[in-house]
Amino acid sequence: MSPAGARPLGDPVLRCEDLHRSLGQGEGRVHVLRGVSFAARRGEVYAMVGPSGCGKSTLLYLLGLLDVPDRGEIWIDGQRMSRDDDAARTAARCRHLGFVFQFHFLLLEFTALENVMLPMRKLGRWGPSEMQDRAHALLASVGLASKTHRLGNQLSGGEQQRVAIARALANEPSILLADEPTGNLDVRNSAMVFELLTGLARKNGQAIVVVTHNPELAARCDHTLPMRDGLFLT
Amino acid sequence: MSTNLRIALRFLTARRKAMVMSLACITLGVGLFVVTQATTTGFERFFIKTIVGTNGAIRIEDRIQETLRTMEAERGSDASGFVVEVKEGRKYIQGIQDPALLIAAVQRFANVSGTSEVLYGSVEMRSSFKNEAARVYGIHLDDHLQVSDLGRQIVRGDLADFRLTPAGTLVGIKLAERLQLEVGDSFQLQAGGEVRRYRVSAIFETGVGDIDKDRLFLHLGEARSLLRRPTGASFIQVNVVDRDRATQDAAHMEAVLGHSASSWQERERTWLDVFRALRLSTSITVSVFTLIAGIAMYNTLALVVMEKTKDIAILRSMGYTRRDVTRIFLWQAAMVLAAGAVLGCGLGAGVTYGVSLMRIRIRGIFTADHFIVAWSVWHYLAAVAISVVMVMAASLLPARRAARLEPGDIIRGTAQ
Repeated sequence: MSPAGARPLGDPVLRCEDLHRSLGQGEGRVHVLRGVSFAARRGEVYAMVGPSGCGKSTLLYLLGLLDVPDRGEIWIDGQRMSRDDDAARTAARCRHLGFVFQFHFLLLEFTALENVMLPMRKLGRWGPSEMQDRAHALLASVGLASKTHRLGNQLSGGEQQRVAIARALANEPSILLADEPTGNLDVRNSAMVFELLTGLARKNGQAIVVVTHNPELAARCDHTLPMRDGLFLT
Repeated sequence: MSTNLRIALRFLTARRKAMVMSLACITLGVGLFVVTQATTTGFERFFIKTIVGTNGAIRIEDRIQETLRTMEAERGSDASGFVVEVKEGRKYIQGIQDPALLIAAVQRFANVSGTSEVLYGSVEMRSSFKNEAARVYGIHLDDHLQVSDLGRQIVRGDLADFRLTPAGTLVGIKLAERLQLEVGDSFQLQAGGEVRRYRVSAIFETGVGDIDKDRLFLHLGEARSLLRRPTGASFIQVNVVDRDRATQDAAHMEAVLGHSASSWQERERTWLDVFRALRLSTSITVSVFTLIAGIAMYNTLALVVMEKTKDIAILRSMGYTRRDVTRIFLWQAAMVLAAGAVLGCGLGAGVTYGVSLMRIRIRGIFTADHFIVAWSVWHYLAAVAISVVMVMAASLLPARRAARLEPGDIIRGTAQ
């Protein structure tokens, strides 16, 4: 796979300033994020850690343009995205972002190969045979070369998460966002998936932001960002 | 194949039984709509063919005479104007005084393909069995064959015999049965105190009970002599090339010729309204199936949306737009709809063919010995159009709901 983007690896590819977000309705509304600022550079791995409810995932969804902040700004590759409309944010997700979730979210009616090809089909950058070759190569890189034609529900949990990683890398995104990517896996699979995720992203020059409860995995990242009550502690 | 269509195709398998149920409803809705339209339209067309073939497309009868008119004198520069307002009216003078002149005028209308001068009157018909009241129609045979299906309505005997026999008659089948007359039998007609003897040349059956029970045809000259009407005619029967234009032509003739003219649509308005009401009511009844198909599709897609919220979220996170999501769900509905429409059209055609073979004896307003069906592509197009409107309208709601889902909410687990 070719490295993402053409900018130097040290440039911040993802940046946010003074992000605020409240969730819930009426009296149950909670101020989850209270002015978070953050920057991520290519080729570096960031781990967000903290107790449940501290705002890690909320921040990740905001950074991934899956949610809109109440206040504050987000820049992706130098372009301000936080106030853009849904169509622009959707297009940016397609071009710049890859997601890995705790529950892999494979489309179970599709094979591993087809799942990996789905983002490429939407982006439309490659032709059909090129997309197939890329999908095969990505699945091979996560150790699933022999299982490309298995349906999602014919794969184990660890295998499904590896397909999800391959899918997240399919469009050569500059940013990879992972929400508890190993939270649903045993120790052996956790280590393997984490190594794959960080190894491939570093090799491709992608910024990785991982939300995790696992202190061992967090310790293996380039940066650890502890969070509490909607703010980074450092 | 587009990506959205590919995804829709796979999602179809998520609720296979529910989709099959929707498919069955669409198939039934389309099929039954086609069958009911084919049968009601078939009988209606046959009725129209019968009445146009018997009484003609247009009938020109009494002369219209304007009676009183509103008069108005224009106000001049040196005199005052005045207006005499009266209730305007028209008087009908029975029959046609100069049929040849009128026929010459009628034949100048572009849509007219034939005219027949007819003189009719009431007579008493006597056979050796009994007497019956009847109506004599005096015609020139060749003229009348141009404006009616009389030639095809002969069930016994021969028109050639009528043509060659001055005292020959064509007798309605029910009238012949009542008087126990057969081809070649003699009978008497009494009109105005005079009695004459005639012979049955042929027996005809129009299928219209009221006509077959009291109508008999004579040569026009013989009818004039019997009814003592040496000149004039009762009406002119007119045939036209495009019978659907008969109403406009009749109105035009009435205005130009000064005689009342009635089209077949006007004369048979009651029956035509009955057929129209029947067709509409059966359409509404069978459209219930399509409505059920729409509701079934709505339910199925709503369930699929609920089941696939996470798939929707992941597709949205990959860059699939709200429009893509709407299309994925509308494609599912469209695929089931297309399959249902094809199967429904096949079912409709098959059942229509089966029905056309069914025997049924109908007498009264027309004569039929089996179900009459009409084959028209419009029935199929209408059935498909109704199902498209109902199913796609019902599918739009869940599809739009799917598109409105926020991926962040779904992944966080708070999507409603």
